[in-house]
Amino acid sequence: MSEAFSRPAAGQVPVLRLGNVLPVTLPGDLHDGMAHRLRQDLSEAVVRGGVTGVVIDISGVEIVDSFLGRVLAELAAQAGLPAARTVVAGMRPAVAITLVELGLTLPGLRTAPTTEAALELLGRTAAPPRAGRGREGSP
Amino acid sequence: MPQHETGGAPGAPAHEVRDFLRRRSEQIAQRWADEPLFRTVFTVSREEAVEAGRAVVDALARVADSRRVEDPDAAGFSAVREQLARMGAARSRAGLSAAQVSSELAALLPPVDRLLVADLERERPERLRECSTALTVLMGTLRLVAMQTALSEIQALTDRQRLQLLEVATPVIKLWDGIVAVPLIGTLDSARSQVVMETLLNAVVDQHARFAILDITGVPTVDSLVAQHLMQTVDAVRLLGAECVVSGIRPAIAQTIVHLGLDLGTVKTRAGLADALGHCLDELGANIVAAAPGGADRR
Amino acid sequence: MDTAAGVEARLPIRSDMDLVWVRQHVRHAAAKLGFSLVDQTKLVTAASELARNTLVHGGGGQMETAQVTTGGNGGLRLTFSDSGPGIPDLDRALSDGYTSGGGLGMGLGGARRLVHDFTVETVPGSGTSVRVTSWVSRPPRLREDV
Repeated sequence: MSEAFSRPAAGQVPVLRLGNVLPVTLPGDLHDGMAHRLRQDLSEAVVRGGVTGVVIDISGVEIVDSFLGRVLAELAAQAGLPAARTVVAGMRPAVAITLVELGLTLPGLRTAPTTEAALELLGRTAAPPRAGRGREGSP
Repeated sequence: MPQHETGGAPGAPAHEVRDFLRRRSEQIAQRWADEPLFRTVFTVSREEAVEAGRAVVDALARVADSRRVEDPDAAGFSAVREQLARMGAARSRAGLSAAQVSSELAALLPPVDRLLVADLERERPERLRECSTALTVLMGTLRLVAMQTALSEIQALTDRQRLQLLEVATPVIKLWDGIVAVPLIGTLDSARSQVVMETLLNAVVDQHARFAILDITGVPTVDSLVAQHLMQTVDAVRLLGAECVVSGIRPAIAQTIVHLGLDLGTVKTRAGLADALGHCLDELGANIVAAAPGGADRR
Repeated sequence: MDTAAGVEARLPIRSDMDLVWVRQHVRHAAAKLGFSLVDQTKLVTAASELARNTLVHGGGGQMETAQVTTGGNGGLRLTFSDSGPGIPDLDRALSDGYTSGGGLGMGLGGARRLVHDFTVETVPGSGTSVRVTSWVSRPPRLREDV
């Protein structure tokens, strides 16, 4: 499993592993290529098995536009399949305000104020996710 | 300063005016000190009024130097903008209308023009007319600058007050560890709901709140726009990882909502603030021991 | 009414790294002008949407920024231009849910909601130019449409 830890190349978001959870911290400004790469890395890691949750810490992210919004929504949907769930943690108020005004409310997304709270949420509700409602606008 | 004896090749009228203003700076300032605009604003001493007058003459000369006598954005004005604003504000406070302040500003022209005419009496009539026109335009621009500055001060003040009013009308109350509430009173328009949303979200983060209660008992009407704002706020709170509960939807409002065909959909609602608080406490697992036996333990 | 103080910066939009520069540049310019944090975030997000449109649909182009003022109020104007195929059906492109290049279909219509003024000029076959302006300290805007 050491390949999951493969040295992050420049412009790559490292995917670590903490027990059954993959915690990911997004950098302040990631370009589209990094986001694509991350999506791939995460889905590979999840497919490899044993992952029950993914926590994406976006407390350092200054803006979420529709592209990154879509990436987050897809991660959530994708990780939802093989019994792993995604929680997005630490969104800034200014980002949340902008997202709802943009019309991107990301209804299927699980959220938590901090990574800690997200881990707690994943631990607490090992039961099936409550009603995975459909998302508007599929990819 | 330059002892510019006219005659020979005449420069641009604006430059003639510039030389005149520099030459006569002291006299003009002295004359202006007797005009109401300066006299009533600079009350400490006459010297103070003369000083202020000199600053304005100086600025006018600089604008004339750039030959942009008709341009209120000319760089030369920037030095006196603030002073002009202060003068205008002082006159408004004294009860003068904008039109009255404007005519006081207009009254600054005649004494200067008389000096100009006296200075250039040996010039050809059309030259004198050109210079006098340049001066008149320049003074008109000064008036415009003063009025513009005053208006934008008023605008800034109004904006500030409006914002303050909005903030005052949006108190966020911490009800419990992890529970904050905003009791909304009055009309909820776009402007206000922006402030509400921002204030509430910041409170959620600052207080590490897991629940936010939006109480609309005091909101008289809910139309589709207000409903949309409410739902945006609920969505934004959820994106932060907290839950938003809307309480105080009075029957009349509930009816309107149904009537308008609005869908509050996923929004969690409770009848009153107390019910909302009860819901949040339950979810938090807070153990409230009620005085009445049997009232507490229903989770 | 408002006066533009000329173009201040011109940034190329040729790759997704350029989008990062566009965002950073707009962020700095807006902060310098005194935009509140929320307003900065909205404008940067709008810029990101529009720059991506320029890149994905216009085949690349550029962004120009200019400081503008009106009645003593400052603002930032961003112009995104490309010489791509143009937008055949503008109304549809501005409506929510419309997407032709990925994203959640919020690109153009979403960006419009995040700024104060928004104009599009598009000529099928020869390019698109989107110009947006946001103002500082117009505190809460009273926009009842949308």
